[in-house]
Amino acid sequence: MSVQVGERESAGAPLLSVDGLTVSAGDGAEAAELVRGISFSIAAGERVGLIGESGSGKSLTALAIAGLLPAGLTAGGSALLGGVETIGASEAELRPLRGPAIGFVFQEPLTALDPLMRVGKQIAEPLRRHRRLRGAELDRAVAESLAEVRLEDPRLARAYPHELSGGQRQRIAIAIALAARPKLLVADEPTTALDVTVQAEVLGLLDRLVAERGMGLLFISHDLAVVAQQTSRVLVLRGGEAVERGTVADLVRAPQHPYTAQLVAHARALDAALDGAADGGSAAEDDRGRDAGGDA
Amino acid sequence: MTVLEAANVDFAYGRRPILHGVSLRLGAGESVGVVGESGAGKSTLLSLLLGLAAPSAGAVRFDGEPLRLRDRAAMRRFRSGVQAVFQDPYSSLDPRQRIDRIVAEPLESLGIAQGADAAARVRAALTSVGLPEDAALRYPHEFSGGQRQRIAIARATVVRPRVLVADEPVSALDVSTRTQVIDLVNELRATTGLALVMVSHDLGAVAATCERTLVLEGGRVVEEGPTARILTAPREDYTRRLISAIPRLPV
Repeated sequence: MSVQVGERESAGAPLLSVDGLTVSAGDGAEAAELVRGISFSIAAGERVGLIGESGSGKSLTALAIAGLLPAGLTAGGSALLGGVETIGASEAELRPLRGPAIGFVFQEPLTALDPLMRVGKQIAEPLRRHRRLRGAELDRAVAESLAEVRLEDPRLARAYPHELSGGQRQRIAIAIALAARPKLLVADEPTTALDVTVQAEVLGLLDRLVAERGMGLLFISHDLAVVAQQTSRVLVLRGGEAVERGTVADLVRAPQHPYTAQLVAHARALDAALDGAADGGSAAEDDRGRDAGGDA
Repeated sequence: MTVLEAANVDFAYGRRPILHGVSLRLGAGESVGVVGESGAGKSTLLSLLLGLAAPSAGAVRFDGEPLRLRDRAAMRRFRSGVQAVFQDPYSSLDPRQRIDRIVAEPLESLGIAQGADAAARVRAALTSVGLPEDAALRYPHEFSGGQRQRIAIARATVVRPRVLVADEPVSALDVSTRTQVIDLVNELRATTGLALVMVSHDLGAVAATCERTLVLEGGRVVEEGPTARILTAPREDYTRRLISAIPRLPV
C-alpha cells in the first residue's frame, strides 16, 4: 500500500504533511502539552530544518510523525506520511512506512546500532526486508551501501560498532537508514556528537546523498549554522511551539521573534570571535606576528 | 612568570604512543587553547597537566617545580592552584549531593575551609557564576546543562585557583548556552586573573576565549601561536582543515 501511495507522491503531493501536531504527556487534567500545534510539509527534494534548544520539542515532533513516541506520550493532530495518517495509526499500519517512507539518523550512532551484530549484517537486514535481496545480490548491495557512505574498505562490513570511530559509526547508521530507499530522511542532531572535521565530512555526505536521491530531508539541530547549511526552510521551536518559520536567508538576515534574534546573535557571536581575529589580522598585516595575540 | 608547564612530554598507553615531545607553557593570567581532532592527544595532555597521569618522558611543572604525584602535601597545594572543568555537566556532578555540598567539596578535601567560612565561600562562588542563591539547596537534576556547567565552574573556582583547566567545557551545550558559558569564563578571568587551558575540537570556542592556540595532530604540536595568527594565517593544512570545518552562518 505504501508503495502505491509513494508513486502517487511523485506527482507533486508532499511526502509529509503535518497539521496541528501535538504531543502530550499524561492524560485528563494532569496532561502536559510538550508539542503544540506544529504544522509544516515537505515535498520530494525539499529540505526543512527544525531548530531549538533541548526540550523545545524538535525530536518529539519527528518521533511522533513515525509513531515512535516513547510510552506515556500521546500524539494528536494530523501527520500524513506518504498519504497515510500516522497519528493514531496501529503498529501494523505504521510498520510498512518505516524504512520506505521515512528513515531516521540519530545523534548517537552507538545507541542506534546493535553492539553485538557486525555492521554489514545490520545494513543487510533492511536490504533483505525492503528490497528482498538475497545471496550474492545482497552481498553486493551491502558493499554498495558501504561505498555510498564512503566506507570503501569491504573489511569494515565485518567490524562491530565498538571497533569503529564515531564518524564511521554515523556513516553506518546513514547506510542503514538509506538501505530501504526512504523518500524522507529525518536527521536528528546527526553530527552533534562528532568533531568539527568529522561533522563537516558527514554533513557533506548527507547533503550529496539527499540530493542524488531527490529525498526530502527533515534536519533537526540546536546549531543554527549547521541547519542553515543543510536546509532552505526552517521552523524555530521553543517550548513546544513554532515561534517563527521562514527561509533560512530571511530568518538569518531579519529574524522576527526575539528568540530567533537571540539564536542568530549567539551564532554570530561565535562567528565574530573567528572573524574578529581575522579582521584584526588583515587590518594590521605587518603586525600580525607581533601583537595579534593581544585581544584575540 | 610560568605557572603551569608541560616540558617536552611523551606519553604512551602500553606500547601505543599518544604524545611526542609536547610542550605547553602557561603564564599567570594567560589563556591557551589546545585544538585537534579526536585521538590527537588533547585529553591526554590535560590529564598530564592535571597530575592525573605521569609523562613517560619530560616533565610537568607547577610554579617551576616538577609534579610529584605521590607527594600528598605537594599535590594538595597543586590542586588548590589548578582546578578542572569537564565536558559533560551531566556526569561530572554527583546526582545524590546537594549543590552546596558539591561546590564545598574541594574546600573540605583540600583543607581550605569548613563550616560557616566554607558556606560563605560557596555562596560567593555560586553568585560569581550567575546562579541564584537558592541553587545551593537544590540537586543537579533540577538544572539545565548550561546551569550545571556553571555549578562545575563554581566548584572549580571556589578554592580560588590560579589555573582553570577545561576539557571541552561547552561542546555538550546548545549554541546559545555555549556563548553564555564562554562569556562567564571570560568574565571570571577578567575579574580574578585566572589562567586558562582549554581543550576543544571547536576553534570557535577557543577563538572566543584563548589568546594563544596550540594545534595537536597525532600527538605532536604541529602549530602554535597567537590565536589570531593561527586563524588568519595557518601554516599547516591540518589547521586550515580545522578552520574550514567550522559551520558558519550565511552572511
